Amino acid sequence: MDFAFIFQTMKTLLAAVPMTLGLFFLSVSSGGLLALLIVWMRVAKNPILSNFAKGYIFVFRGSPLLIQMFLVFYGLGQFGFIRYSFLWPFLREPFVCAVLSLALCTAGYSAEIFRGGLRAVPAREIEAARSIGMSGFLLVRRIIGPIAFRHALPAYSTEIVMMVKSTALASLVTVWEVTGVAQRLISQTYRTMEVFLCAAVIYLVLNFLILQAMALLEYRLSHHRRAAVSRLP
Amino acid sequence: MVHEHSSDPSTATVNRLSVRNIRKKFGSLEVLRGISLEADDGDVISILGSSGSGKSTFLRCINLLEIADEGEIWVDGEHINMVKKHGKNMPASSKQVDHIRAELGMVFQSFNLWSHMTILQNVIEGPVHVLKRPRAECIAEAEALLEKVGIAEKRHAYPAHLSGGQQQRAAIARALAMRPKVMLFDEPTSALDPELVGEVLRVMRALAEEGMTMLVVTHEMNFARDVSNRVVFMREGQIDCTGAPPEMFSGESSPAFRQFIGNFRG
Repeated sequence: MDFAFIFQTMKTLLAAVPMTLGLFFLSVSSGGLLALLIVWMRVAKNPILSNFAKGYIFVFRGSPLLIQMFLVFYGLGQFGFIRYSFLWPFLREPFVCAVLSLALCTAGYSAEIFRGGLRAVPAREIEAARSIGMSGFLLVRRIIGPIAFRHALPAYSTEIVMMVKSTALASLVTVWEVTGVAQRLISQTYRTMEVFLCAAVIYLVLNFLILQAMALLEYRLSHHRRAAVSRLP
Repeated sequence: MVHEHSSDPSTATVNRLSVRNIRKKFGSLEVLRGISLEADDGDVISILGSSGSGKSTFLRCINLLEIADEGEIWVDGEHINMVKKHGKNMPASSKQVDHIRAELGMVFQSFNLWSHMTILQNVIEGPVHVLKRPRAECIAEAEALLEKVGIAEKRHAYPAHLSGGQQQRAAIARALAMRPKVMLFDEPTSALDPELVGEVLRVMRALAEEGMTMLVVTHEMNFARDVSNRVVFMREGQIDCTGAPPEMFSGESSPAFRQFIGNFRG
């Protein structure tokens, strides 16, 4: 085994990790916020809002992320009103396009995950909150949100792991993140095995750290369930 | 024996709670068929009746968890404003609904504590976030309340760690922390194991002795007879008969009520 080559490859790939993390954090945070908006529309009584949300979720879960990304990157520029708008300096950047399409896509999945969490909130705990005079945003912030989030967390951590891996698609719209840099190295060295193995190890380590963080969060938010179980003989 | 109500409670002496001619339908089923009731300060009213007689629905209409189709409600002299929307009765102001609910303490059959919060957090939630009172003050008051209901040592435990009786006592403390004008109890001991009923009834009896105004939907005949100063017997969505416990339980009541308590004696 050529350790010198692997060491050199690792060094080159690690230099691209900030780009991968940048894609990941920006798309997960903005996609998460968008998901809150979508799920709010999805559970709204207004049929226009809920149908729009249903349509959004269907489109972004039902079509390949790669095609969504190509449409954003190659497609948007075809519209004159976008090309000549103040947004164009941003939208012609591959990084912005990649974050935008990743965020739009994860918002669709996350909205459904959050909706599952909402449905798991016991009606009687909501009723108890109403009975002391809570309503509206206060009720969501204090009771419904925290309970729903706890229920959604296991499924949401899967979505987050998927997002780390999905950032690899950004290489196809010329963003130089880990996978993109790996492909460039391969085209220069023709050593597919070593380079992709190094890239895979990097993704594994990133996901390991993220999963640990999610597990810690879940642990800290579930005292009420764990203690109940430990009472059993 | 039937309680008379004045023509306009707002000008008469103010009742803690005044309900007039409440009606409620679920689909075609008429659950409440014109219920009127008044509670003065310190009244402890037990509401009895077989299941399906509309007792719980009546209680839930008072704090607007169900909206009555007809009728009027005053809480501490304040009239709850209603409007007709698409032919349905609706509260005119959601702000008033919140305000009225904050003045009425509700204790549920199945406790309904917030499972993700400790007992202390459950008790201070309302005072801190709804009444917006200083947190430190709320904690001190909550600890005193938990002491009073006898579970001070459980204040940092989660609801799932507690027995049913302890959970219900915590739920009573949670309702009291709002400093309610009237306490509504919806079958507070029906979900409890028999040996845990006593501890909850003791707390309720102590509250009654302190002068708390209480409406109690219950199947506990001893509580109705010994603690309350008025018994209301509901049957098929109406008040079948009402009166002070001595008269009611000595046989001066309706045949239906005599049969009802006869079933309890076995």
